[in-house]
Amino acid sequence: MRQPRLRAVTRRLGTGLVVLWAATSAAYLALLAAPGDTVDAIVGDGADTPQIRAEIITEWALDRPAAVQYLDYLRRLAEGDLGRSYLLQRPVAEVIGEQLTATLTLAVTAAGLGVLLAIALATATAGHRRPWLRRASSGLELVLVSTPTFLIGIVLLTVFSFRLGLFPVAGDQGVAALVLPAVTLALPIAGLLAQILRDALDRALDEPFVLTARSRGTRESAVLLRHALRHALLPTITLAGWLFGTLLGGAVIVEQVFGRPGLGQVTLAAVTGKDMPVVLAVVTLSAAVYVVVNTAADLAYLLVDPRLRRS
Amino acid sequence: MSQLVAVKNLHVTFATKGGEVRAVRGVDLTVERGEFVAIVGESGSGKSVTVRTLVGLPGPGARVKATRLELAGQDVRGHRPRDWRRIRGRLAGLVLQDALVSLDPLRTVGAEIAEVLATHDIVNRWERAGRTIHLLDQVHVPEPERRSRQYPHQLSGGLRQRALIASAIAGEPALLIADEPTTALDVTVQAQILSLLAERRAAGQSLLLVSHDLAVVGQIADRILVMRDGQVVEQGPADRLLRAPNHPYTRQLLDAVPSASSRGRRLSTPARRGPGRTVVVRVQATLPARQPVRAGDPVLSVAGLTKRYGEHTVVRNVSFTIARGETLGLVGESGSGKSTLARIVAGLLPPDAGDVTFERTPWSAAVERRRRPLRRRLQVISQDPMSSFDPRYTVGQLIAENLDPGLTRAARVDDVTALLRRVGLEPHLRDRHPRSLSGGQRQRVAIARAVAPRPTLIVCDEPVSALDVSVQAQVLDLLADLRAADGTALLFISHDLGVVHHLADRVLVMKDGEIVEDGPVGDVFTYPRHDYTRSLLDALPDLVTDGRP
Repeated sequence: MRQPRLRAVTRRLGTGLVVLWAATSAAYLALLAAPGDTVDAIVGDGADTPQIRAEIITEWALDRPAAVQYLDYLRRLAEGDLGRSYLLQRPVAEVIGEQLTATLTLAVTAAGLGVLLAIALATATAGHRRPWLRRASSGLELVLVSTPTFLIGIVLLTVFSFRLGLFPVAGDQGVAALVLPAVTLALPIAGLLAQILRDALDRALDEPFVLTARSRGTRESAVLLRHALRHALLPTITLAGWLFGTLLGGAVIVEQVFGRPGLGQVTLAAVTGKDMPVVLAVVTLSAAVYVVVNTAADLAYLLVDPRLRRS
Repeated sequence: MSQLVAVKNLHVTFATKGGEVRAVRGVDLTVERGEFVAIVGESGSGKSVTVRTLVGLPGPGARVKATRLELAGQDVRGHRPRDWRRIRGRLAGLVLQDALVSLDPLRTVGAEIAEVLATHDIVNRWERAGRTIHLLDQVHVPEPERRSRQYPHQLSGGLRQRALIASAIAGEPALLIADEPTTALDVTVQAQILSLLAERRAAGQSLLLVSHDLAVVGQIADRILVMRDGQVVEQGPADRLLRAPNHPYTRQLLDAVPSASSRGRRLSTPARRGPGRTVVVRVQATLPARQPVRAGDPVLSVAGLTKRYGEHTVVRNVSFTIARGETLGLVGESGSGKSTLARIVAGLLPPDAGDVTFERTPWSAAVERRRRPLRRRLQVISQDPMSSFDPRYTVGQLIAENLDPGLTRAARVDDVTALLRRVGLEPHLRDRHPRSLSGGQRQRVAIARAVAPRPTLIVCDEPVSALDVSVQAQVLDLLADLRAADGTALLFISHDLGVVHHLADRVLVMKDGEIVEDGPVGDVFTYPRHDYTRSLLDALPDLVTDGRP
């Protein structure tokens, strides 16, 4: 009984590693094929003489064949060494480490907020109880899903910071500064998840076991939360995992709008400056987040649905 | 107040897009304390809506009107959701069909039972676990401690239904409503659940049982109401109603039940409708004469068939033959390996050992390319035709697909029309999609499709199990007619011994993958040699009526 589960976990980890390797390699190839010379990128705005160029080539070992450089990169990656930034001349791990907390805080807060909002919206409007509220809610969700994130951010800024002065305009000082960016990221997620969740709730409410639950005298709120919601969460979990991955991308824009430090700024600078080690590290990190989140989603499935646990 | 349920002139209507649907039209119903009342009718007769109205759950969009609607002396007309919640589970418990979907699949059965205890505050928090186990014990669930921690999918159909009953009686309701509680179950399990319901009545509970099966309710009910089109057409003591039915519809329902005594006789009576004007003419029409079974000429022979899934042997050393024109019945409970055997015979699943020979040609051992030309001569009819139809095909396309591919377009159209007529469907149905048809119509389409290439053998896997008794009667009559006209051999798989006794020449009894008994159907069912056959026969509800041996 233990044995198959262990094998399943091992297989999962293996797949995860393959995904990581594929993502990193694809990014490596893309950057290699991109126009511009690595030496140019390292030289940047600094002094540019043939001698300096020669020094750079020796220092970074750029004279080796591309394949060797690639394999060397993979080897060091496996050891946990992300290399050094061409532009900042500092270890990439340090550069990203400084900014990671800010971005992760934002992403996790936004994801949590989005899921909570979606559950609240969907449970309040599922079933046949309040048709007017249901129509209003699905209209609002459609607007949220189809509005670009930066626009939501600007609208929120205008109203809550400039007009009402409730929250700071920019920066990352304290919890207050986190509120508007997190809400900006959370709203489209909430819109999408709420639509999926309500659909699934409606379907669950039509199932015979709900009739049984009602025939026991169970309150409607308990029918929803204790019975229907768990069933509705199943399709939502997969989507939520995927959405969390896209949050990292969304964070780049929101960090710009709200002038927050974070991976967004770093990534933008690295891509424009062709800072290969940093870009690669960001790609690998995003892939790692996807793998972790999707594994977590699969585990969540097992928690919610006992039928998937093989006995 | 001895009347537990008192309903007078109940009307339930549903507002749908197509207009108002009057599901229940003026039903009177009473249940005395300690009485066992049954409502019998076909799907769409309004029987479920009637009993669900008693707990305030007639369904979304329902409008309920009644001159009297009382539960234990309490007028429940105009009850608000709060008032209903106090009744549900406490005054009346509800047991639905198929506990696999009627119990929440994501929660343990213990949690489902404890929900009632918590909702109505039957026992305090600390005693709930103990009471749950006691309740499971009361409905004879073995190892109740372990079972209470299991999920519905981990229990067998019978245990699940018991757990569902335990949750319905947890609030000690005076009335237990059971809506088709045994429909998805095997005969032996059905017998156990019925005796459990009888036990509840002995313990002082009143019961209201809803079923489409007169034989089931005839065994245990005190009083029977027969419903049709939202109205009660006849009611009376169970004995009287079954022995001397007054209404032709009751008579028709009784005649539709297949059994030993119905062999060679038509089960369905031509529908003659019209309120109050139906003429009571009982035509015990006989089935058409069949071509003789050619015993020495096997269509199909099976030798030493074995199939394993992992370490589990599903079919073990099975051998039999089917003669040209013969109907061979195959009975057994779910999990006995019947359907696996059917799939091997149909050439859809390779056996692990043994051989199937069809039309004197190697069948199971042959490669698909060699099998394909013969496939047209072996057709399959399954329990749920919907799952074997391409949902985007029309009825006409579905049937034409199985016709000779060399036919011209015009000949094809003619053939489809002829086949539709042959299975008793209007030719204009050709343009409809199967999902817009009734269950009986769909099964007729499946039959038309199966007989289209003039097969020599049709494998029928539980073809009537999902149908109401009178629709089942029509489909069985149709199969008998086609068999007589074409001389087709049938492998007829069913868990219903009555159906097999009615239709089959010989019967195989299957248990745990093995054939435990075989022989002419009359001999096997009259003088069973194997204990298992005997237990199946004992579990069969008897329908005692006049004019029947």
